[in-house]
Amino acid sequence: MYAQLVETGVKRLKTLDEMDAQERAFQEKIDAEIKIEAKNWMPDAYRQTLIRQISQHAHSEIVGMLPEGNWLTRAPTLKRKLQLLAKIQDEAGHGLYLYSAMETLGADRDTEIAKMHAGKAKYSSIFNYPTLSWADMGAVGWLVDGAAIVNQVVLQRTSYGPYARAMVRICKEESFHQRQGYEMLLTMMRHGTQAQKDMVQDAINRLWWPALMMFGPSDEHSPNSAQSMAWKIKRQGNDELRQRFVDQTIPQLELLGCTCPDPDLKWNAETGHYDFGAIQWDEFYEVLKGNGPCNAERVATRKQAIEDGAWVREAAVAHARKHHNKNAA
Amino acid sequence: MTIEHDLSHYLLHLGDNALIQGQRLSQWIGHAPALEEELALANVGLDLIGQARHWLEYAAERLDDGRDADALAFLRNERELRNLLLVEQPNGDYAVTILKQFFYDAWHFQVLHGLSTSSDARIAGIAAKGLKEVTYHLRRSAEWVERLGDGTEESHARMLAALPKVWRFTVELVNASDAEQRLAAAGLIADPLEVAAAWRAKVADVFSRATLPLPEPASPFYLDGRQGLHSEHLGLLLADMQYLPRAYPDATW
Repeated sequence: MYAQLVETGVKRLKTLDEMDAQERAFQEKIDAEIKIEAKNWMPDAYRQTLIRQISQHAHSEIVGMLPEGNWLTRAPTLKRKLQLLAKIQDEAGHGLYLYSAMETLGADRDTEIAKMHAGKAKYSSIFNYPTLSWADMGAVGWLVDGAAIVNQVVLQRTSYGPYARAMVRICKEESFHQRQGYEMLLTMMRHGTQAQKDMVQDAINRLWWPALMMFGPSDEHSPNSAQSMAWKIKRQGNDELRQRFVDQTIPQLELLGCTCPDPDLKWNAETGHYDFGAIQWDEFYEVLKGNGPCNAERVATRKQAIEDGAWVREAAVAHARKHHNKNAA
Repeated sequence: MTIEHDLSHYLLHLGDNALIQGQRLSQWIGHAPALEEELALANVGLDLIGQARHWLEYAAERLDDGRDADALAFLRNERELRNLLLVEQPNGDYAVTILKQFFYDAWHFQVLHGLSTSSDARIAGIAAKGLKEVTYHLRRSAEWVERLGDGTEESHARMLAALPKVWRFTVELVNASDAEQRLAAAGLIADPLEVAAAWRAKVADVFSRATLPLPEPASPFYLDGRQGLHSEHLGLLLADMQYLPRAYPDATW
């Protein structure tokens, strides 16, 4: 998921009997699958949880421009350069949709961005890994967008209307870029040199586990999941989504002719799913805490962009004000 | 020189301009002053690299020496590139970036406008499509020149500081080569004199609204992008842009 470990601030679920009339009416609406809209009453914790989740999701789109932007000037053909630019442009657009959805909850875009720059708001752990070869562009498209789509397809049914509608639009574009990423890897594996094939396998080796971590902690270590599920912000557990991702991705990996960097991965005929090895959760929590390979650079880059651009934004505001006054006069 | 030689080189010039400007824009991605600008810069960069591809494809067909558009973009060295010096200049701050973009857009718009009635149908087609995109680019960059010129004291000062860094390269926008005169006479490209006059008028208009002083026309100096005589910036830009195709010559991407 682009948003991982979202705090709900709720220790224990209330039963319907424990709720007051307003809360009960809200929960009954949720249970009846009626979308919550901006002007509807909602519990403050629901509002705050959504602000955290949607802003984290938006921040992820924006920070996620950096690892791919890293290869924009080095894309090896005109076609690939165009595809990568289009993809990053879409990510900026997704960030804008998501900040708009978040603002319907009364939050402010600049304030939430400042929290991220101050290390007080998260973004997806995956973007703290470096992109070290061109094959990473394909692997990010295929694995990272692939994992995001598995999460986001479910979020199209999330209980908050503006978030659900943003997901519908975003999923269409993401799916296109994901296929493109896979096609890039397929081209290198089928028509490329041995050096290119090695590049692809190396990218998969480095990004496989970080992609699985995008689904968040396993359900028994996900204390906020129960409330998010009750509010139908989340619709499915982290482990279930992660399993779905593994099951759909392994055949694609085989079609590429690559291997999975997991010695414990095997098909389980009884369950009809792939069994896979243990995720290094220590690494996951360290990366989320800010101790991953690129956390410092990513945040510093975004902070710098906003600071360096302050005079530009101030000029735009000043010009608009002058112009407005002139028109009014 | 034959007209055929002039024409294929002119197509390279058009393609190289768009490619190098697109490359400079893509360096901004992730670093822009606002999210809306990230989107706009990527959008303009995408348009320009798309146009570069069309011009270089057509140049490759006319040159007919076994090279395709990618070979022309990624395997020519800095003495072979024919882009304007203006577009290869470093991005600097947003004032430099916006001025470079505006001077290029105002010129590009006129060039494509002329090319859209070229006697070569292929050129006319590519230009007509590009003209729609560049109409938007020019509107956007002219608006930013106004906003920054007539914004705050700081933004005005930054535009004044950026101007001398960029202005001298505009000499290439108004001084066409002999080859271009021949192509224009043959009805293949826009009349360079008309392009230059329209460019000057547009710059004067936007500068006046931006409360910026219009400098004296820039003087010629001893480089010439059209002839592959570039500033020192282009070599580094190409080293970055071309590294993969150079390092993996047999690769298929």
